[in-house]
Amino acid sequence: MTITGTAVALRGEDIDTDRIMPARFLRAVSFDGLEAHVFEDDRRAGAAAGTSHPFDDPARAGARILLVNRNFGCGSSREHAPQALARWGIKAIVGESFAEIFFSNATALGVPCVSVAPEAAAALMELADRDPAGAVTVDLDRMAVRSGPLEAACAMPGAARNAFLSGTWDATALLTADFAAVREAAARLPYLSGFATGRA
Amino acid sequence: MGATLLQKVWDLHTVRRLPTGQTQLLIGLHLVHEVTSPQAFDMLRLRGQRVAFPDRTFATVDHIVPTDGQLRPFADDMAEQMMAALERNCREFGIPLFGLDSGDQGIVHVIGPELGLTQPGMTIACGDSHTSTHGAFGAVAFGIGTSQVRDVLASQCLAMDALKVRRIHVGGALQPGVYAKDVILAIIRSLGVQGGVGFAYEYAGPVVERMTMDARMTLCNMSIEGGARVGYVNPDETTLAYLKARRFAPPGEAFDRAARWWRSIASDADAIYDDEVRIDGSGLRPMVTWGINPGQSAAVDERVPGPADVPDGDRAAVTDALAYMGLEAGARIAGTKVDVAFIGSCTNGRLSDLQEAARVVRGRRVARHVRGLVVPGSRQVREAAEREGLHDVFREAGFEWRQAGCSMCLAMNPDRLEGRELCASSSNRNFKGRQGSPTGRTLLMSPAMVAAAAVAGEVVDVRRLLTGDGA
Repeated sequence: MTITGTAVALRGEDIDTDRIMPARFLRAVSFDGLEAHVFEDDRRAGAAAGTSHPFDDPARAGARILLVNRNFGCGSSREHAPQALARWGIKAIVGESFAEIFFSNATALGVPCVSVAPEAAAALMELADRDPAGAVTVDLDRMAVRSGPLEAACAMPGAARNAFLSGTWDATALLTADFAAVREAAARLPYLSGFATGRA
Repeated sequence: MGATLLQKVWDLHTVRRLPTGQTQLLIGLHLVHEVTSPQAFDMLRLRGQRVAFPDRTFATVDHIVPTDGQLRPFADDMAEQMMAALERNCREFGIPLFGLDSGDQGIVHVIGPELGLTQPGMTIACGDSHTSTHGAFGAVAFGIGTSQVRDVLASQCLAMDALKVRRIHVGGALQPGVYAKDVILAIIRSLGVQGGVGFAYEYAGPVVERMTMDARMTLCNMSIEGGARVGYVNPDETTLAYLKARRFAPPGEAFDRAARWWRSIASDADAIYDDEVRIDGSGLRPMVTWGINPGQSAAVDERVPGPADVPDGDRAAVTDALAYMGLEAGARIAGTKVDVAFIGSCTNGRLSDLQEAARVVRGRRVARHVRGLVVPGSRQVREAAEREGLHDVFREAGFEWRQAGCSMCLAMNPDRLEGRELCASSSNRNFKGRQGSPTGRTLLMSPAMVAAAAVAGEVVDVRRLLTGDGA
């Protein structure tokens, strides 16, 4: 599985999901339209300070690969954050590291998050800055990220990679496939029968 | 060779190994609230699926509820829609809802334990990152996103990667005026906001053993702020005493059978850990955050660090944080003027939190320039506090006494900061914009420290206010 597209670089450590999707936009019963508000407060603050946010750069409007630094997506478990990024057009995220719940949420949406060394993240960002039209490829078969002359090794937990390679990142079908086994596991747990017997 | 609680609970709840290599983990208790569930229920409808275990699923409403009057319909039309959607989903799928008319409504991480739903040895999931709170009881509890809420609704299971376990031993004894909040802020400062990724944190040692259940919940609540999706404390007599006679706890002889099982689920003395960390609890002081993540904190008598005080890789982050906060490197954190004081949240909105804050406030006045808000974590907490007269203590001091909800922790309801207001807050996140104003500023601290800041009008060492009150 490979994903290819132009890239947008978003520098910064510990970018939390409140910043990706401010809480006021979670007041809704669907995910529709969230892409309009991705990084909204950061973008406004940038505009006010005269430093344009990468997501406001017209040259990045069609970007499919998001380049980030360390601990991206920390904080709140809100899936609204990866939903907004995916709806904005992001198909894969390349960064130094990811927060755990964000990683799970992105995986469940079919958006792979791969980790690269800090030097590789910096080099990929520099290349993307220099050439907005430059294609970046995230290759999950060979676990590599390519951009122009650069090829960087990337990493991802084996199970998530398997899920992408086998097309089973939406786990519901897997989890409902063997319901007898679920019932069996439930029957083993004393608290699900109100501790009714002395077996514990 | 012994096993950790995490390993025992994990093995007991393993349904099977999935083709991807992940574990299909049975979820013993699924808690649902209005913000992260409506899309999950819609996906279920779209796929023609039912809720697999409606009797192991419980809902309440907390994030969006106003706290200054909870009459329906809500003034905020979006909030009203979310409330109505939750009510409809619970009705349609047969899920019990602790709604505004139930007397049991409150923050999901406050009411689960309070009702006795949260028990040792369970796996617990909820579409909220602070689900780690329930680990205080020796449950394996973690936050999930909406697609995973859908998975749990449809199958009562999750596809999970195995976790490592880091034992955090807190030795010694806490000084008066130092609380669980200070312990967890010190832990996060030491291990980092990402240090816990891939780990469950097991909190242990004399300080943790002596903690009340409320304090253990504060500790486990903020595990996720250190990157750990799961944090837990082994169940002991304190846990059992808390659970006895709770509404959903096993009654009579069943409780004794449960207690035996609960004790057996604790980590064995010879359990092997992936990592162990020791912290000296006796040396801890009240903590205050100065930055834009919960790892950026200092003891109240320390100075705000600058870019020169941190490793190269952290300099840009410190510069960014100080610019946003309007704080100067090298300045004392004590003496920072506050505009708002917020006491509440799933971290510190329980009865003992309000009692400790009231102890500071009693006989004093909130500074004239400070807006003070006390928001109980649940209706039961509110009623218990009123039975003790705490509402009068807070009101007489000039605080507002509110209805139960998440309130100013997260800005999904009318309670929020304005402009660049600086808030002394007992909540869990000091992220940019977290409390509702894109330029609002948050200093995290214990409820007692918030109370002290409210009356002093600035950050102050609560220990100075506690001496001489007979404590």
